[in-house]
Amino acid sequence: MGTTTTNGNKGGLPVKLTRKDYQSDQDVRWCPGCGDYAILAQVQKVFAELNINRDETVFVSGIGCSSRFPYYMNTYGMHSIHGRAPAFATGLKVSRPDLNVWVITGDGDGLSIGGNHLIHCLRRNVDLKIILFNNRIYGLTKGQYSPTSELGKRSPSTPLGSTDNPFNPLSIALGAGASFVARSIDTDVKHLQATLKRAAAHKGTAFIEVYQNCNVFNDLTFINVTGKDVKADRQMPLTHGQPLVFGKDKDKGIRMTPNGIPEIVSVGDGDGQVPLSEVPLHDETVADPGYAFMLGQLQHPNFPVPIGVLRAVEAPTYDEMVADQIQLAKSQAKATDIESLWHMGDTWDAGSTAE
Amino acid sequence: MQSQQESASHTPIPAANPIEEVDTVVIRFCGDSGDGMQLTGSEFTKVSALAGNDLSTLPDFPAEIRAPAGTIAGVSGFQLQFSSRVVFTPGDQPDVLVAMNPAALKSNLEDLKKGGSLILNTGAFTKGNITKATYETNPLEDGSLDGYKTYKIDITKLTKECLKDSGLNSKSIDRCKNFFALGLTFWMYNRPIEPEVESINKKFAKKPELAKANIQVFKAGYHYGETAEVFTESFEVRAADIPPGRYRNIMGNSATAIGLVTGAQLAGVELFFAGYPITPASSILHELSRYKAFGATTFQAEDEIAAACAAVGGSFGGAIGMTASSGPGIALKGEALGLALSLELPMVIVNVQRGGPSTGLPTKTEQSDLLQCLYGRNGESPMPVIAAMTPSDCFYTAIEAVRIAIKYMTPVMLMTDGYLANGSEPWKLPKKEDIKPFPTTFRTDPEGYQVYARDEETLARAWVKPGTPGLAHRVGGLEKDALTGNVSYDPHNHEAMCHTRAAKVMAVQNSMGELLMNGPDQGDLLMVGWGSTYGAITKATNLMQDEGYSVSSCHLRWIHPFHPKLGALLKRFKKVVVAEMNLGQLVKVLRAEYLIDCEPLCKVQGKPFKVIEICNKIAERAGKVS
Repeated sequence: MGTTTTNGNKGGLPVKLTRKDYQSDQDVRWCPGCGDYAILAQVQKVFAELNINRDETVFVSGIGCSSRFPYYMNTYGMHSIHGRAPAFATGLKVSRPDLNVWVITGDGDGLSIGGNHLIHCLRRNVDLKIILFNNRIYGLTKGQYSPTSELGKRSPSTPLGSTDNPFNPLSIALGAGASFVARSIDTDVKHLQATLKRAAAHKGTAFIEVYQNCNVFNDLTFINVTGKDVKADRQMPLTHGQPLVFGKDKDKGIRMTPNGIPEIVSVGDGDGQVPLSEVPLHDETVADPGYAFMLGQLQHPNFPVPIGVLRAVEAPTYDEMVADQIQLAKSQAKATDIESLWHMGDTWDAGSTAE
Repeated sequence: MQSQQESASHTPIPAANPIEEVDTVVIRFCGDSGDGMQLTGSEFTKVSALAGNDLSTLPDFPAEIRAPAGTIAGVSGFQLQFSSRVVFTPGDQPDVLVAMNPAALKSNLEDLKKGGSLILNTGAFTKGNITKATYETNPLEDGSLDGYKTYKIDITKLTKECLKDSGLNSKSIDRCKNFFALGLTFWMYNRPIEPEVESINKKFAKKPELAKANIQVFKAGYHYGETAEVFTESFEVRAADIPPGRYRNIMGNSATAIGLVTGAQLAGVELFFAGYPITPASSILHELSRYKAFGATTFQAEDEIAAACAAVGGSFGGAIGMTASSGPGIALKGEALGLALSLELPMVIVNVQRGGPSTGLPTKTEQSDLLQCLYGRNGESPMPVIAAMTPSDCFYTAIEAVRIAIKYMTPVMLMTDGYLANGSEPWKLPKKEDIKPFPTTFRTDPEGYQVYARDEETLARAWVKPGTPGLAHRVGGLEKDALTGNVSYDPHNHEAMCHTRAAKVMAVQNSMGELLMNGPDQGDLLMVGWGSTYGAITKATNLMQDEGYSVSSCHLRWIHPFHPKLGALLKRFKKVVVAEMNLGQLVKVLRAEYLIDCEPLCKVQGKPFKVIEICNKIAERAGKVS
């Protein structure tokens, strides 16, 4: 800290920023091999590519491994308390709508101790970008199962296996009415960059779940979905306007049965196959969250896991509506000087000078 | 504004009954929660204020919005002391008790002065209501009211009669009966009726038929007093000799809200207030949400924790972050307050105390959160704590909280309580030039910026708004290097930071106002108080000084740190008694801080001290001046 961080373009000469310009002077202290490094690198790359003003950006985090993130970004930043980052960020954004505010959280921070703040932030549609690093474990406290750990997870606090049903972060976000919901993967560099760019461009709360590997306490937890040899069959990349297909040869698709339940179909023109034209096209902008919720519920091993933007709809933001009300109140006020506030209501003159 | 003389000239003064002049009256209106007693009380307050009386009020209502009708649990009351002299408290004992039903009589009669006036709505004394109030016999008939001047009036029936042609249904008619009682008391104390008619019209502007009915009943009550010859006399309380100026009747929470807005304006910063509904603090949020045009942004958060966190977020952004709550909510906010003091950001936290522990007595007053406010956070976490002493003083104390917060870059706890929050008194409105601004300087110069470098005098670090070019920096709850603010686990750095944070809070002593003393600065007994006990302690001390006792009182606005002159003062008295509405919290701190023997005078009944209770203690502990 303390190094000066001007963007260097005040003399009128635009300077192309690089990833390095977004690195703070602090040593990054995550475990070697942690998925967090990859996410940090992609955020920095994307910020450079978008030429985002460091001095107008604030990263806010809670507590946990991922929440050390702000210390490593050469922007304004606050490492706050466990689970509360969305609340700090909401206060900041509502009082300073001009700032570009990002929230970094994890599955324990955002979904367990801070679940309440997360859902309320999403329902309000505060103009914040939230990245939830999901490694399905408590890393900083040494390996307890988290709210996204699978049923039966053995951990120091569940030696016989967890008896908790896990949360699905996307379903939570969609259930709370989030206007932008996406999923990406720490190791899928291109996809993560593209997803971050989409979030950066969204007005309103943008929620991204990133599958992140904790190689110390929960190594390979997503390997069944992210492994090189299996990912084509177990991930379904979503592209707006494109059919819901997956597989190396794009020969499998998702469609709804007449009962409204998703099913996997073989796509093609052969016998027993469904022609590509009959596979639904992905539409991020469906106003009814039911469609995106259906996608979010697709889980391994029964279904391919959707990757990409599930939902991106336009909606008024909380901070914008608050600012509008204040503007309106100011424009309609008869007086705004402090003495007129003191004199509001019934007043009277008393004492010896009273008439 | 119309002067009171002008209005009074329109009022026919009853000729038949003699008018007795009295200097002080305590009146209490009580009835069922649905009977509108709070409205009746506040309307009577308004007219007393307009008449130039000094006054103090104490609303007392149950935690349930509508407890079962007719039960003791559902009784709601409003007490008012008004006088031609200076008033310090809402009064120990009512001179007049207006009881709208048997339950109200049952739960309030013991407070009425012996020989006091009792106005009863006999219409509510049905067999059912008498049983609900747990009376075994009808108090109207069993002689239990013999020691009082009892006026038995069937207000229910008279109201019904008065409105029989109004077209209102019987439920709506019944709801008007509080205005009959109000009219009656207006007659008793020779109050002008025009301002009240105006007030009713304003209050019920959207329901003109109710305005009309209430006015009709109000006037009927007034004329009943005049003509029914139930009362033998009426009274007059002259205007008090108070400092000249423009006045406004103010409740503590309103004064707090206005003070917070004023403080932010004096500092030249935006105000960001985040709150969560809790009794008795909610009205601060309500009030501030109406002051958007004066620079207040408000946010109703999802919980108490989020409210505190959002306020810290606001402060990080360069607004003065604020939150208000009561004990249970303050407990939830503790961790966020620890962060605020570790980040060294300015913030104001208002604790409107109520009875505890746990949910306790939500609508009753207490001062039992002092130790919570001083110490209720993990780690070495010093925070300035100040307390308001009267409803209007909430205004000045709120400004002081903002001043300290910004000057010293620290969260500040502002303590009030339910008694101050809902109680009211006339507030002499200040002139703008009476209140000194304290403009804020944000750092904008990147040259040599170190995040935790400090001002030599205040030990405060610089406040930097995000968005300032060249000053991007990171702060967090981990211990930080004393200069750069980078994360540091160095043991000596941590110790130095703990000392520095404590020293910074102690530095508040350098910019305090005067210590508030009443009486000589040495003698037999010093009564010490903080917060809302000011009125009762001051009144009792004055009375006992007049009786010849060697007693003084000292009231603490600054509780952490204490006033620099306090230690020496305490040692100039033979005895020190601390009166507080808890089991002795300030007394513990004073003993620890100054190694002196001080004695607690405690009360935890959810009610403020009576003057007499403090007088008795003074008589016990102080000698007479020879």
